[in-house]
Order: sequence, then C-alpha cells, then structure tokens
Amino acid sequence: MPFIPHTASDVQEMLAVLGVESLETLFEEVPTELTWAGPLDLPPPLSEMALARLMRERAAQDAPLLCFTGAGAYEHHIPAAVWELATRGEFYSAYTPYQAEASQGTLQVLYEYQSMMAALLGMDVVNASLYDGATALGEAILMAIRAKPECARRVLLPTTVHPHYRQVVESMLRGLEIEVVSVPYCTEGGHTVPEVLSQWESRSFAALVIPQPNFFGILEEIHTLTDWAHARGGLLIGLVNPLSLGMLQPPGQWGRQGADIACGDGQPLGIPLSSGGPYFGFMGCKQAYLRQLPGRIAGRTIDKKGEPGFVLTMQAREQHIRRAKATSNICTNQGLMTVAATLYLALLGPQGLRRTAEACHAHTVALAERVCAIPGVTLLFHRPYFHEIALRIPASVPRLLTRLEQQGIGGGVALAPLYAELEDTLLLCATEARTREDCDHFARTLATLLAEEH
Amino acid sequence: MEPLLFDLSRAHRQNSHHDPASWAEDAGAVSQEGAGTPPLQPFLRQQAVPLPEVSELEVVRHFTRLSQRNFSVDTHFYPLGSCTMKYNPRICNTVAMQAGFLHRHPLTSTSQSQGVLACLYELQEMLCTLTGMTAVSLTPMAGAQGEFAGVAMIRAYHQARGDRQRTEMLIPDAAHGTNPATAALCGFTVREIATDAQGDLTLTALQAAVGPRTAGLMLTNPSTLGVFERRITEIARIVHDAGGLLYYDGANLNAIAGRIRPGDMGFDAIHINVHKTLATPHGGGGPGAGPVGVGERLRPFLPIPMVGRDGHGTYHWLTTTEFPQSIGRLSTFHGNIGVLLRAYAYLRLTGAQGMRRVADYATLNANYLMARLAQAGFQTAFPARRATHEFIITLKGEAQQWGVTALDFAKRLLDYGFYAPTVYFPMLVPECLLIEPTETESRETLDRFVEAMVAIRQEAMQDPQRLREAPHAIPVPGGGTSRLDDTQAARKPDLRMPL
Repeated sequence: MPFIPHTASDVQEMLAVLGVESLETLFEEVPTELTWAGPLDLPPPLSEMALARLMRERAAQDAPLLCFTGAGAYEHHIPAAVWELATRGEFYSAYTPYQAEASQGTLQVLYEYQSMMAALLGMDVVNASLYDGATALGEAILMAIRAKPECARRVLLPTTVHPHYRQVVESMLRGLEIEVVSVPYCTEGGHTVPEVLSQWESRSFAALVIPQPNFFGILEEIHTLTDWAHARGGLLIGLVNPLSLGMLQPPGQWGRQGADIACGDGQPLGIPLSSGGPYFGFMGCKQAYLRQLPGRIAGRTIDKKGEPGFVLTMQAREQHIRRAKATSNICTNQGLMTVAATLYLALLGPQGLRRTAEACHAHTVALAERVCAIPGVTLLFHRPYFHEIALRIPASVPRLLTRLEQQGIGGGVALAPLYAELEDTLLLCATEARTREDCDHFARTLATLLAEEH
Repeated sequence: MEPLLFDLSRAHRQNSHHDPASWAEDAGAVSQEGAGTPPLQPFLRQQAVPLPEVSELEVVRHFTRLSQRNFSVDTHFYPLGSCTMKYNPRICNTVAMQAGFLHRHPLTSTSQSQGVLACLYELQEMLCTLTGMTAVSLTPMAGAQGEFAGVAMIRAYHQARGDRQRTEMLIPDAAHGTNPATAALCGFTVREIATDAQGDLTLTALQAAVGPRTAGLMLTNPSTLGVFERRITEIARIVHDAGGLLYYDGANLNAIAGRIRPGDMGFDAIHINVHKTLATPHGGGGPGAGPVGVGERLRPFLPIPMVGRDGHGTYHWLTTTEFPQSIGRLSTFHGNIGVLLRAYAYLRLTGAQGMRRVADYATLNANYLMARLAQAGFQTAFPARRATHEFIITLKGEAQQWGVTALDFAKRLLDYGFYAPTVYFPMLVPECLLIEPTETESRETLDRFVEAMVAIRQEAMQDPQRLREAPHAIPVPGGGTSRLDDTQAARKPDLRMPL
C-alpha cells in the first residue's frame, strides 16, 4: 500500500476504538447505489523502480532540441542553487501560509520577492503571484475595469500582444460585458502607433495594454502611448518580460507618470521551460490601486514582543473573505515559482541581470546578422527589438521547421497560423544560452535547407 | 529573525560565475546597430535595478535558514482541513524534474513530444475512470481555475441552447469562497442554499430556489462540513429537473476516490485538485493543477488544449479545430505540465487498488481521530454522523468556560509541533477546527496529536492566558515569532522594502 503506514494490527485496534468490525462500516452513510462496485480500469500499481524506468524512457523519447524558439517561453541559464533550494521539503511541501508563525520562511521569501519585483518593475506594490502571464493580463484588465468605474467597460488590446494571451483574455472576460478592442499593428514597424487609437476619446476605455517587448520582439513607443492613455483618463497596463528589465526601462518610468499596472510571465526568472508550465504570473501596481490588486500579498508586521515578522495581509480583497465580491477567485497561486524567482534574482544581482539581458540582446543581434546574410532572408520589421526577431523567409516555414527539427534544432515559430497576413515568416530568439557555435550552426543549417528548397 | 536579503547586501558583491560572459564582442555596447536596426538607447533603463548584492554562499544559507522556519508535511503533522496535506512522494518530483521534461519548449512539434504527450493522455484517461466522467481537460492551473472552467462550460451549454435566462448559480452556505467568487467571475448571480442541522443541504430551500433562472448548483461532496451529502441523488434530480447542471468541487475527492465516482452521483462537471488528492506538492501556495472532467453534455465546451490519440497511437493536441465550441484557452500554453507529470507518476504508483485504499485509510484516520478527541471530551460538530476524510470540532464550550478561542488552540498547537487545523471555516460552526489527518499519517502521530489537544485543554482550564498568548516557542531554529499582529499589517501595509 503505497504511502499508507498502517499495519494490520493498527487497523484492528483503530477499528476497535471505533467499535466497528470493518472499514466498510465507515462508509455506511453513502447510499449503496453510489458505491462503485466494478473494478477501476486503472493500470496495475508500479514499484518505484518500475516507475523510474518508465518515466526515464518517456523523458528520453523526445530528443532535446537546440532551442531558438521563444514566443513567451525562454531558455536561460538557471543557477543550480535555485532548484536545489526551492525543492527543499520545507518549501515544497508546505501549504499557503495561513498560520503565519509556523510559515515565516515562505512569508519572508514572499516579502523579499515582492520587494525585488517592485524594484525591477518600478511599481509601488506587487502581489505574491498569479498563474501565468496570460491570466495575469486577464486579471490586470479586470482590475482596471474595477478601478475606473467612470470609464466605459472597454480595453484596448494591441494585436502585438502574444496571440495566446489574447485568447486567454477572451476566455476570462466572456460573460462580463467587457469589450476588448483589437488594436492593429503598423506593418512597417511591427508596433502600435498612436494614430490608430485616435477614435478613442476620453473615458471611452478603462485601459490600454502595451507589451514591451511585444510578441514580435519589437520595442513599443511606451512613453508616447502611456501619456496618450493618461491624457484620456485611462489606465496603462504594461505587459513586460521581467528579464528584459535588467536593461530596459521599467514600466514605472514609462511616460510622464509611469504605467499604472505592470504584469507578465515570470518564467525567464529561473523557471525551466517544462513544456509550458508551471510558470508564474506577476502583477504590480501603483499604491492608489492596491485595494483592487488580486491574489495573495505578504506584509511585514510585528509580533507580541515587538519583533518583526510576516503575515498574509489585505485579505479583505480575497475570495475566502469577500466570496462573490472578491477581486478574483484565485486561491492557490504559483508560490514555489516565486521562491525560485527570488533565488534567481538574488544570485544574479543587479549586475548579473543586466549582463544577462545584454547578452540575450547581443546574441539575437548576432544571429540576425548571420541569418540576414542568407539570400532572401530579411527582418520583417525595422525597429529596435529585444532578444527576438521576426524574419521573412523565402520558403514554406512549416516544412522548414520540420526539417530543422530533424537536425536537432528548435527553429522558432511560424507566424502565419497566428497572423494570417504573415505568410512565410518566422519568429526567432537567441538568449544568453546560445553560443557563437550555436548561432553559426543555425545559420549554416538554415542556409543549406533554403538552398535545397530552390 | 533572519535578516532580509537586502540587509545582507554589499555594493559590488557579485557571483561572476552566473555572468553569461557573452561571446558577442559588444554585448555591453547596447546602442549597437547590428543588422541595420536602430539604436536601443531611448528604451534603456537609466539606473541599475536596486537588487541585493549577496554572495552565493550567503544566498544558500539565507534560504536554507528561511526554509527551516517553515512547518511542512516533510517536517510536521499538517492536519489542515480541506487541504489534504498528505506526503508528496519524492520519486514524483525526481521523475518530473528529468531533463527531457524540464528543458522541452512548449511549442515543440508533437512529433518531438510523444513522451510527454503519452503521460498526459494516459492521465486524462485515468482521471475519467477515477471520476466517472466522459472527458477531461488538464489545462486549468489550480482548483479555482478548474471551477472557472466548469462554470464557464455550464454558461456556454445554456447559451448554445439559446437558454439565456439562466443567470443564477446555487451554492451552499458552507461552500469554499472560491465557489461564489468563480460564479461571479462568470457573470452569474449567487444564490445561497442553507445547510440543515445534520450538515446536509436543506432540500426545501433547494426546491424553493430552483427554477427557470437556475444555471446550476456548485457542490462539494463530502461537504466542507466533513460529512457525506446523503441525498445527493435527489439533489441532482431536483437541479436537473429544473434545467440546471451540477458542478462538483473536487476539493474533498480524497475521501471517496476509487470508491464513489462524481459522475455516478449525477455531476455534469468536476475539477480535481491534483495538489490534494494526487499528492502533488502545495509549494507554500502552489503551483497546483485543477483538471476538469465533464459528462457527455458538456464535452464540446471543454477548455483547450487537450491531448488526442489517432489510430496509429500517435498523440496530438486537440484545439478549437476539434472543439469549436470550447470555452477557449485558459493558460498561455498547456497548463502546469510539470505538476501533471507528478500526478501521473503518483497514479501509476498507486494503481486502482492503491487509490481505493487512499479513501479507505483517509476515512479510517479521520474517524479514529474524531473518536479519540470525542472520548477526550471535545465536542464534534456532527456527533451523529460518520466523519469522511475530515471532521469538525467546535470549541464553543471551551470559549464560554475559559475564554479561549479556536485561534488560541491553533496557535498553541504550533508550540507542540503540530501545524494547526483550518480555523473558522466553515463559518457555520462557531469556534471550529476543521481537521484532516490524511491516509499517510500513522496511528502514533494521531495519538500524539490527541495528547497535545488534551494537554492544551488542560492548560485552557488552568492557565487560559498561556493559550491567549501562544505561540511561545515554536520548534523552529530561534524559537520562531510570537503571535503576529494581523490588524497592524492591514492598517499600515508594509508590503516591500523601501528603496
């Protein structure tokens, strides 16, 4: 019996205390017709040894690829200490820290996480995490709608936001009578230009979302757009890659007043690719909107002896207190991922984070130089970018990607399935983890495959 | 207390071995104009990020010391009701953390993903079997998101039939807070249904509430009161007859997994908290996963993506192409796959027999613990009822006699080296402790918990102040903190280090 410590005599003695003959008696209140009498069609139990072998074989089934794919999930160096420590049983097997005095480890980490993320984002306050970047954006939009009752229930969402994020936002908002307006991008620059927003007057929208960098890797005109939204009484939601902020301006410093809410996916901060999850969503805001912030928040207080300590706080916003009137239904978040992110930021420090961001960018520039030297391959957009590029490719991209995979290369993402107008284009990324040899190898392989196409 | 990382910081201290040491010649010269792109200068941060600068050894020591200030399943009995704090098998972590799973990009083609997809497909199938549902989507990232998926599917079902007047969601007054919060997020009005003195849903109240506006009923069974909802078949009939659907909150599935299937009870949609029933870790607040299962009627509306298998045994993602009526995508990629792999590993270890024993022994432990506490003079909330996998005691009598509260008991338990049961939930029972021992605890541990409760009760009688001021010395390095001031935390929010 896996993980059940009872001996036969334990069971007999425990049943004797209960005054019953058999375990079945304990289920006597369940109507008999509801008890499943048939065999459960599950595979027979495995020993730990057999399970380990099975899972080793499953993990080995898919050969690892040399990764040039980004599109919302990025391969970065993760210091070994991050997961050595994050999987310590005391972090791994604890619950949400309801009993603060017996959960100071988790709570202090959360406070440190909130402090570091606030510093990184240039925001006043940060919550203790949401599920992922896409749901964080959905929550940010709901928050903006609550915070701006004087504005129309409408948000302006550029098509330069990750298409999957936009799909999640649609799923989350359906049924709430909130209009999401898709803002088209500039076909030359791959970015959002204020001119396409001109029809939206004061108070006709609650928030404008700006991704930085955007899905194409392009840097948006954050200052102009932030000021534009503020001039019309709307909030500005900055959707950012946290690692890029080692180098790029934090949302808190966009425009004259800064973004009001910043959110995104924390995966680049020490979280493995893991086939897409678990990652974590982060969210911060200006002090003025604190009471509309969803999710757990840790705070510092004092104990009976006047010593500092940490608790979960501002709980009057949450579902277990406010029920139907809560800011969100979120309960369990992605706690352990924030432990990893806190470790990651602590180990890299300001210098390491900046150097990592710079290396990501430099490697993508170097990769762009190499691939753009191949006849027919050009950058799709001509604007500054960060660690991701959209390319025009003189070939069928799906077939190209298959052939790259056959050579052990994860060669990016075809844009056409996500943007019908972007036929024969490819989204490509190189992080600090890609060596010169990797980039040379990629460019050579691409050149060879393209030559064979013609 | 342990100093903050910021207090350990010294300017210019670095861990240079994490510096990427870029091979690109001018990585630092970020105004470069490589490949004809314009300069980055206008977008650059002016000042360095004000992060702490700490050596790796100090970071390791800091986090090791912090971890030791936690109670956890690995270190302490953690009978937190409604949370199923059972042992998280280490092997499940080991196999999920293998490079083949960990370093795989989510957008890798399915032909290069057959190993992980096989695990997910089989997990879907096993969850169908376990719950008696027709189809499962694994994508929700926690129980509350599973609830969202379930309620959104109920909304989509009614709308697809052109039945637009169903705007009310019925929810028992004892329900988890996530239930009404979720219903509101899906645009429903919440209508509460009262519970009777025996912990069952009041059928007359339900009869009175159902009607043409009823979209559905959200129910946990066993309920949050730690008892089995005996008239569930009748409840299902009443709701279905009114045209509504039934949602099963899987928070308490550990009590019945393998014995009773929500599908057989009449539920149309369910979520499963894999971080409860399937022993994946809680991680100090997540990540979890909340797969949703449905009967035939709701199948077209399941959230995408799911895993399908073709005639050749090849696995692929199912999307809106196959499920055009889907409520859509709920996560950027495919949900918390790393967590789902742990759940898969756990189910392969237990198999069918093991799963049934989980419910049996969780129930045995809860009933044993309840009986021992009752014999010791504690008042159980429903003395005429069997416990399920958890039960409630009320300290109303102790509060009246000695002026000590459930919270005082909870805090004093920490001194004895036990994490506290859930306090003040469900709110229907005054001064309550909701106690869930789980099947992975031995009889000796349960006996020690009873001894501690008896000793604390003795203290309440003789020296109630000792409880009111608890905890005094939590068994963690440095003795832990004394009782923390929640009121001050909320009144003067200190939510980050000032810069």
